[in-house]
Amino acid sequence: MKSLISLVLMLSVATAAVAAGDEITLTIKDHAFDPKEITIPAGKKIKLLVVNKDATPAEFESKPLNREKVIPAKSTGTVNIGPLKPGRYPFVEEYHENDAAAQGVIIVE
Amino acid sequence: MFAAALIVFRESLEASLIISIMAAATRGIPWRGRWILGGIFAGIAGAGFVAMGMEAISEMASGMGQELFNAAILTLAVGMLAWHNIWMSVHGREMAAQALNTASEINGGTRERSLIFIVVALAVLREGSETVLFLYGLAASSEEGLRTTISGGLSGLGAGLLVGALLYAGLLRIPLRWFFSITSLFVLLLAASMASQAARFLVQADLLPSLGAPIWDTSGYLSQTTAAGTLLHGLVGYEAQPAGMQLVFYLTVLFAIAIGMRYAQTRVRQGAKKADSKNWRESLARRATNAKGYPTYEEND
Repeated sequence: MKSLISLVLMLSVATAAVAAGDEITLTIKDHAFDPKEITIPAGKKIKLLVVNKDATPAEFESKPLNREKVIPAKSTGTVNIGPLKPGRYPFVEEYHENDAAAQGVIIVE
Repeated sequence: MFAAALIVFRESLEASLIISIMAAATRGIPWRGRWILGGIFAGIAGAGFVAMGMEAISEMASGMGQELFNAAILTLAVGMLAWHNIWMSVHGREMAAQALNTASEINGGTRERSLIFIVVALAVLREGSETVLFLYGLAASSEEGLRTTISGGLSGLGAGLLVGALLYAGLLRIPLRWFFSITSLFVLLLAASMASQAARFLVQADLLPSLGAPIWDTSGYLSQTTAAGTLLHGLVGYEAQPAGMQLVFYLTVLFAIAIGMRYAQTRVRQGAKKADSKNWRESLARRATNAKGYPTYEEND
């Protein structure tokens, strides 16, 4: 039940994140992405600001997006994304890619 | 522990394949083993420095420092491999003789040695810096201790080196008559693959358009995360979902180097034919006295 509530909370946060212009913030804390789902419009360039709040380095990686970038500890890295065709583009924090928390998806509509 | 082994395997595999191909491609160059080993150590030291300076690198070029740094290293490596292959297309025959008889020096052999050193060092540096950061994070986090990190890392490294060693052993079984043509082909594909990766970073930095992202999607047939996909990526630059710009870079470098090799060969045939054939006769004569049970090497032109 608890996990269900947190899932609902996470999804509502995810939908909220789409708002601000061409920049979208994606946070990594305790090796977990927040939000885990990001929706962006098709055919548009987006700047994904990846904020690593952990004390250890992380690596944002997505083969479908063709992106790979190290985000040093306690820092923010910018990942340019798009323009993309509609679809689902999964991404991972490569250093913890087997944990469900370190997996996310960008949905292009 | 398994995660550590897998990541280190993936990173060390690429470097290991590059080292094996370079080691085979420079067969016959005296002391090449030392230069390769030197390149590996320089690369490991460099990877440590890059890992430490990753924050500073990331902040350069308005946050696109990492992309430019990677693209620069890859471009440098492409240039080195291009030079190697064009040089080889001229000196291949000498090299074949040299592989049988290590007595004499090849013209330009010294430069070739520093070239192997740099290529190996760059490959280790690029793949190594990410590994260092990963292992540092793992060792620093409380859930996984230092011991599991080390044992996982070492088994991943061991597996990566093993695949490289198998490739090297396989390449050495190629008859000498075709040997350098085949290693040149491997080096050519390696250069094209690195150019494609450089393009990927330049697209990521938003300096180049993607020209279709992706231009094709074969992840359903052969995912890059499978063993075969990883191996093909390391050997010929296979990507399941590449950007169009990557394909442009890949083909441009492939044809540019191939044309350079052809051009160098024809120039040598026309220009320095006399001197060259004199060298060749001399090395043949030496080989005749020194060969110990090696298969007969025939000149085929």
